[in-house]
Amino acid sequence: MTKNKYTILIADDDPDYLFQTVYGLEKAGYMTVKAESQAEAEAIIKRFKPDLAIFDLMMESDDSGFILCYKMKKMYPDVPVILATAVARETGMSFSIDTEKEKPWIRADLYLEKGIRAEQLDQEIMKLLKL
Amino acid sequence: MAVLKVLVVDDEPGIRSGVTRILSSFRVTYPFMDEDYTFEVTEAATGEEGIEIINSEKPDILLLDNKLPGIQGVEVLEYIRNKNLAITIAMITSYASLEVAVKATRDGATDFIPKPFTPQELKSSIENITKQLYLKKVTHKMKQEGKKIRYQFLSVLSHELKAPLNALEGYLRMMQEKQAGDKIDDYTHHIERSLHRIHGMRNLIMDLLDFTKIRLERKDEKMQKINLAELASGAIMTVQPYAIQMDVSVNLDVKDDPVMTADPEDVNIIFNNLISNAVKYNKFGGNVDIKIECPHDDVIITFSDTGIGISEEDREHLFTEFMRVKNEQTRGITGSGLGLSIVKKVIELYNGRINVESNPGSGSVFTVILPKNPTIKIL
Repeated sequence: MTKNKYTILIADDDPDYLFQTVYGLEKAGYMTVKAESQAEAEAIIKRFKPDLAIFDLMMESDDSGFILCYKMKKMYPDVPVILATAVARETGMSFSIDTEKEKPWIRADLYLEKGIRAEQLDQEIMKLLKL
Repeated sequence: MAVLKVLVVDDEPGIRSGVTRILSSFRVTYPFMDEDYTFEVTEAATGEEGIEIINSEKPDILLLDNKLPGIQGVEVLEYIRNKNLAITIAMITSYASLEVAVKATRDGATDFIPKPFTPQELKSSIENITKQLYLKKVTHKMKQEGKKIRYQFLSVLSHELKAPLNALEGYLRMMQEKQAGDKIDDYTHHIERSLHRIHGMRNLIMDLLDFTKIRLERKDEKMQKINLAELASGAIMTVQPYAIQMDVSVNLDVKDDPVMTADPEDVNIIFNNLISNAVKYNKFGGNVDIKIECPHDDVIITFSDTGIGISEEDREHLFTEFMRVKNEQTRGITGSGLGLSIVKKVIELYNGRINVESNPGSGSVFTVILPKNPTIKIL
């Protein structure tokens, strides 16, 4: 496997989540670039095309993740995007991209609830990167 | 305009057509209602027919004769009560014996219309019923909105509580799987961050307790004469270690005799939150100036800082629960997002006011105005 050829961009304003995700992904063999805010992530994608991106939903604003997904897909339609959030289904503020109605406006390839284990995340990434 | 469906059940055709005629041109309007009500009348000659229409048309108002050829009016009432239908019922009855009246009221009738009735008598009964229905509708709507707000609050709260738990769980797993090495020293970062998140969560819980206390506690026994200068000094002492780290100097300037009647815990909530914010969102080497003045019947407390300031957009939502200003400069500053919403609630309880002025980049001024002898609002 050649995971070290793939660079993953991770944007999250929770420094601990960022640290742990980056750690897990690097351990799995990927290269990583991290952003601590929507603004930072936007600046990064302007000069650099990652192979995959993981965005937190709520950063500077409640819909930072959506905005990032949108901008990403506009610039690099071929790069898979994962939207991660701690907003859980049981709170009623949930959304998924399983329904056709939601797909057009949530421009992410996968929606993940935070708190999944590193191995699971790796599995999902491998699927999206077709590894 | 809203239409209420009226069903009249009476074996006398004259009564039925009379009701239809009178109500077809009748309109209920009242200054507090946001729309006028008109009426659409359906007629039934027997109780059996009435029940059929109740099931198919779902009327809002039922005008019911008690003495009917088949089943009696009270039996129709029983049917409605057993099915738990939301229909407002008025009995039309020629001999309103006390016994029938008592039973009908027990079974859910709210009004009586004597037979024969004048158009005015019918209209005034219908007007009363309409107002009751309107008020019921409004209360129901308000309850639903209250539920929605509570629900949103819980959603955000659970998010805020889960984030630190996720962080802790992540670090513990890394330690359990010895991901960073075999020695405890390999995990210094993990432990420090875990403790930091626990600290944040504890503060959130403390704020939540303050938040619920405002709503639940009775105040009258706790009200006493307090010296604002003393409480302000105490709050400054509490924040001092943090202020030293930030090299922020906190100054207190008291004019007049700063005495007012209050629950000291409430005033502490105001001082602690506003002073610690002024330090937290300050610049390294900045200042916080607290001024207490007592002209006439009010006390005016101003908290001025030389910090990062608050944009106009953020100022609009500043006192909303779980609102936190998120930008490059506030990164790394922790808080529950409840502090200012609690402060505002406390101040409102005292019939006081709080306002904020700010220049992004150069600082903010929070001004609190409280009456010296407040009458506490009952929540």
